[in-house]
Amino acid sequence: MNKNTPGVKTTVSETLNKSQAERQRLERIQVKRQRTLFRIRHNIIVGIIVILMAATALLFMMPTVLTITNSFMSATEIAANYGKIFGNVGSGSKTYISERVNLKLIPDMISFSQYSTVLIKSPQYLFKFWNSVILVVPITIFQIIIALSASYCFARFDSKIRSLIFFVYVILMLMPYQVTLVPNYLVANWLSIINTRWSIILPGIFAPFSVFILTKFMRRIPSAMIEAAKLDGAGEWQIFTRICVPQCRSTLYSVAILVFIDYWNMVEQPLVLLSDSEMHPLSVFLSKINTGDVGLAFAVATIYMIPTLLMFLYSEDYLIEGISYSSSIKG
Amino acid sequence: MQSKEKELTKVKKAKKERIHYIGKAERRERKATGLFLLPSLAGMLLFYILPFFVVVYYSFVDSPVNREFVFFDNYKNLFRNDAFRLAIKNTLQFSLLAVPAVVILALLLAMILDANIPFKSQFRTIFITPLMVPVASIVLIWQVIFHQNGALNEFLSLFGKASIDWLKSDYSQIVIITLYLWKNIGYNMILFMAALSNIPTDIIEASSMEGANAVQRFFYIKLRYLSSSVLFVTILSLINSFKVFREVYLLTDNYPYDSLYLLQHFMNNTFRTLDYQKLSTAAIIMCLVMIVIIGIMLLIDNRVGRDLSE
Repeated sequence: MNKNTPGVKTTVSETLNKSQAERQRLERIQVKRQRTLFRIRHNIIVGIIVILMAATALLFMMPTVLTITNSFMSATEIAANYGKIFGNVGSGSKTYISERVNLKLIPDMISFSQYSTVLIKSPQYLFKFWNSVILVVPITIFQIIIALSASYCFARFDSKIRSLIFFVYVILMLMPYQVTLVPNYLVANWLSIINTRWSIILPGIFAPFSVFILTKFMRRIPSAMIEAAKLDGAGEWQIFTRICVPQCRSTLYSVAILVFIDYWNMVEQPLVLLSDSEMHPLSVFLSKINTGDVGLAFAVATIYMIPTLLMFLYSEDYLIEGISYSSSIKG
Repeated sequence: MQSKEKELTKVKKAKKERIHYIGKAERRERKATGLFLLPSLAGMLLFYILPFFVVVYYSFVDSPVNREFVFFDNYKNLFRNDAFRLAIKNTLQFSLLAVPAVVILALLLAMILDANIPFKSQFRTIFITPLMVPVASIVLIWQVIFHQNGALNEFLSLFGKASIDWLKSDYSQIVIITLYLWKNIGYNMILFMAALSNIPTDIIEASSMEGANAVQRFFYIKLRYLSSSVLFVTILSLINSFKVFREVYLLTDNYPYDSLYLLQHFMNNTFRTLDYQKLSTAAIIMCLVMIVIIGIMLLIDNRVGRDLSE
């Protein structure tokens, strides 16, 4: 018995060890299996999310892409596709009108005829386009220049008066057109600039939106930088032009884009302030295009979105950065 | 003893002078920087602030010529005006439907894009693009989709649904809400993404170590940090919901279906008859409503913000 005991012991411990090893092995396999299961589940979830997002993204792109592709259709194709909606599309009486509406992604035949009509034969669209440019470009440029200097004042020092004025600016920024257009109209009437382009440009130049964003950005410029410039003998004007403005460059791009697109889209101001529809920008005029010219309308619509889309392509990152800075009302 | 006292007073005096001197320099700087505000302030006063007081004045007199003080008669008349009531009702209804929808959906998109999914930046680009497309440009497509004989009805007829003229039905607000969502989700999404990336990661890590699941992490941590952006986005979306007149006007012109008659339609029609009293009173009411809403939002923001910093 005494001899056997160690042997028994060893076998017991061996079997114990064995079973433990076995158990560990099994556990490891199980963990592995769980992990792979988890990974598969994770991948499936991610896959579903990506597919859903892709579907949403497709829906989001659809209006823009369809407008662009439709602008390359010939007049007859437009008539065939949308005849049921826009009535007598096209001038020809013998055009074939399909029974159903065809929302086509790719035109049967790519044609530039609509563009040539818009650009060469009927210049009234280009006039309206020019109307938009002549309103929006000065507003964007001067609003930013004035906002830069104002935000320099707000960012350099904080006092009770300044924060009160800034608060008024913010409130005004948040006011809808229904509120601000009435004062604008009164002043335009008083200055007798009503029904001229100035009645839109001047209030636009002093709109507080870009002051808000630029102030937020300028407050982030380290004061040590300004102090150093002061020690070197720089005056306020030099600090402003040499230090603060160059620091703001990327924000300037995004503010410029945001202001530009906002006014490029304008509808309310021209309707109220410009009774002469000759001066209306393309954003208002586009909806007035006769149903007979739907094909043209697609081409004009595409031309109208080119400037903003180009800006977006060239400066998406700046734009996103700029929007991110405006993420709360308080400084 | 006496010499010591003299010295002390001298130091005090010098200190005083020094402080005084700094104060002077700073005051000079303040004045100099104040000059930078002048052009903007002058324009603001001329085009927005001073005429606004005139608007307030007009809302209390019977006509700009007579100038007889009539207290709240203009307000009473306006609230009795059916068109105004309809406009208020529609605008409120639209905002109440559209604003929560855009905030929640934008937050959802931002959360998804904040997690690491493939094609993240492409998705982001696609969702912001509508911001950069002029509304006037895509109005045509919207008409093609939602017309009586349009693409959506064509699609629904596959399931045997009768066709409706969407823009001239009770569903017309839904059409506009879709357009509004399409246009505004991107901007809000970016604001939320910026806020999400500002949440300190160690807190989230700590919470997941403690065994908080994704839902808990979202409601107890992320939402707290996002609260101030949620408020800002809500205000922004609210303002943009008042701007939706653009879309409605471009789609349906001056006299839309009843459920699309918005405040700006009312204002435009009043501008045409140049009824200063009505205009001013409506503007003041609108302004007061906005101030109350913004005030409430700021109060909530302050309370939540204080909570967070403790």
